[in-house]
Amino acid sequence: MAVNRMFRVCPATGFKVHEPAEALMKINAVTAVVALLVGGILALLVILTRWQTVHLLPADAFYMVLTAHGLNMLVFWIIFFEVAVLYFCGTVLLNSRLATPTFAWVAYALMLIGALVNNYAVMIRGDSSVMFTSYVPMGAHWSFYLGLILFAVGALIACFVFLGTLVVAKAERTYNGSVSLVTFGALTACIIAVFTIAAGAIILIPTFFWSIGLISHIDSLMYRTVWWGFGHSSQQINVSAHVAVWYAIAAIVFGAKPMSEKVSRGAFLLYILFLQLASAHHLLADPGLTSNWKIFNTSYAMYLAVLASMVHGLTVPGAIEVAQREKGFNKGLFEWLRKAPWGNPVFSGMFISLIGFGFLGGISGVMMGTEQLNLIIHNTIYVPGHFHATVVVGTTLAFMSLTYFVIPTIFRRELMFPGLAKWQPYLFGLGMSGFSLFMMGAGTLGVPRRHWDMSFAGALMQHEFPATAWLMMTLMAITGLVAIVGGAAYLLITVCSVFIGKKITTPGFKHISARDNAAAPVSLPNVVVPSHGNIGTAGFVAPGTFVLAIGFLISFVLYYFVNWKYLSTVWPLN
Amino acid sequence: MSAILPPAAKYWWKQPLDRVEGTWIVIALTWCLIMFFMMPYWHVYGKQNLSNEAYRTTPEVYQKKTQEMVDKYTVRKETAQEIPVVHPPAGSDVYLIARLWQWWPILELEEGKTYRLHIMSMDWLHGFSLQPENINIEVHPGYEHIVTMTPTKADNYSIICNEFCGVNHHTMASKLYVVKSAK
Repeated sequence: MAVNRMFRVCPATGFKVHEPAEALMKINAVTAVVALLVGGILALLVILTRWQTVHLLPADAFYMVLTAHGLNMLVFWIIFFEVAVLYFCGTVLLNSRLATPTFAWVAYALMLIGALVNNYAVMIRGDSSVMFTSYVPMGAHWSFYLGLILFAVGALIACFVFLGTLVVAKAERTYNGSVSLVTFGALTACIIAVFTIAAGAIILIPTFFWSIGLISHIDSLMYRTVWWGFGHSSQQINVSAHVAVWYAIAAIVFGAKPMSEKVSRGAFLLYILFLQLASAHHLLADPGLTSNWKIFNTSYAMYLAVLASMVHGLTVPGAIEVAQREKGFNKGLFEWLRKAPWGNPVFSGMFISLIGFGFLGGISGVMMGTEQLNLIIHNTIYVPGHFHATVVVGTTLAFMSLTYFVIPTIFRRELMFPGLAKWQPYLFGLGMSGFSLFMMGAGTLGVPRRHWDMSFAGALMQHEFPATAWLMMTLMAITGLVAIVGGAAYLLITVCSVFIGKKITTPGFKHISARDNAAAPVSLPNVVVPSHGNIGTAGFVAPGTFVLAIGFLISFVLYYFVNWKYLSTVWPLN
Repeated sequence: MSAILPPAAKYWWKQPLDRVEGTWIVIALTWCLIMFFMMPYWHVYGKQNLSNEAYRTTPEVYQKKTQEMVDKYTVRKETAQEIPVVHPPAGSDVYLIARLWQWWPILELEEGKTYRLHIMSMDWLHGFSLQPENINIEVHPGYEHIVTMTPTKADNYSIICNEFCGVNHHTMASKLYVVKSAK
């Protein structure tokens, strides 16, 4: 079979874009956005039900909608988008062709069928309201598990297409030296994805057999232990992917280069080594596991993956600061930040994503993942508060900002509603940050997650939550609606731009064949990169970022010990 | 050279660390180690640690043990369903059943006394959530979890379920009474 080696040269960046890869990136990204639309409508219904004043849906519909919301957002939106990101990092950033586009289409088809079958089980059959986590012994229809398995197999094939592309690029010498940092981050996400999907297969395949009666019993603790090897690690794919996107946007908007390749790549390596231990985060309040097991695993050995995130949290804004200072914004601590392009949604979305992920998602995640502190947080609405800060403010918003770059460069369309686009990251990012924060507040007061009615209507005995908890839930709903408006704006802008936006044409544009035009391998100068120029203060090239990082650390330390203080006031247990 | 391009230098790992990165890594690592050692520290010096004591058992055996306790120590019955309220002696083994969609029986404990609270589910997963203390423990079917618990203040507490357990999940709420010690 002839290999399609046709490329077009991107006039904006000079990258070569492989045509079959481009089509695959587009279809995966568009499908992701459709999943986001479905998940967004469901999100609105969830908010309007948990807002007790409105209390829109009856209990059974609420749990169905909540299940479908979790799956469409956390699995289908994010992973379709991530596949597009993998193809982008493997081909465009390396000037390479995509390995086996046919297999990539097979992967896409399997993922699409899997997503449809799963949604059929949840929303059309309506007998699979088992939540994203589908804990046994509560059972769903077999098509629920089958859909997830098909989707996972598709995603796994996509991962191997990406890995194959790296091999092709290396063999065909499409780049010199090492792959770029962003591609390295994508590779990290891909490696984590492979063992995540393996964990998913180990638990979902037996559960599928259980659902059709071939296996009589699945232990609930074993299920939770293995399932979270899939459920939590899949969130670590997102972390690696969106950190890679942060670096990419810093490079695209500012021409920022990593402060040092060694540190940033080392931090990604720590993710690969330690992130998968975090299955334990979800098992800290479970019987049958020892404290030693819990402490070692929940802390990623010794918080080494947290260390990695703290490093990225410094080096991403640090790289931006260095780039800005070298451009002349070298005054004081924060001129580089003040003079940043806050009206450009590619940057503003990325920066809000970075801050929200660190301050809200990161800190709360460590609280919940501390063995004893988990006792006062487990299964309260604090938990969704945390992961909306990580996965929505962090991952989703980072992906949204990347879209604003991808629409003109890959889809070749002008962005429609640029005025609205300017505001979209603020509406979505700040709305979602408030939403997360108020959920954490309500959770601290004991409000449970996945719960239809905090007034316990119809129960024999009722618990009365304090008025503050009710207030928190109302504020959560209002800020949630702001985020919904921001999400709707994103959908409007992207869908209109992609389908009816003005086409960008380049005069003299022609396709080239990579083989005829391959860059002659240049041997890299055997030099050590000099350190940065005469910028910053006191030997610190990025003093502003350092001050921000110290501010972050102080909030982290204070909040950490506030929680221990709170824990020390509850009933003694052992 | 930027993050989306291959590193310009062949031996990129030889580039020296910036002072800002080096300093931050040392600070961050120190903090990570403090957080790590905080957990074992609390096992030794803290009072709130989740017990590691758990046994595999069956719903029938667990039901029988709970029934024995209820037969011995029931002091009254509450609600339309006549759920027994049990006042077991201080220091004793106390049994609580979680099932769709009920906690059974209702417990009455004494302030400042320590109890060995056994919790197990008869069917699906449930979540023991003691309010407003906000102590939350996962409840599995087949695993009898034993938590030593010392109520500190007399009051009427609630136990709600915070692990999704089906359409009437929100009705799975009960009381836990803590009373002043008899003498």
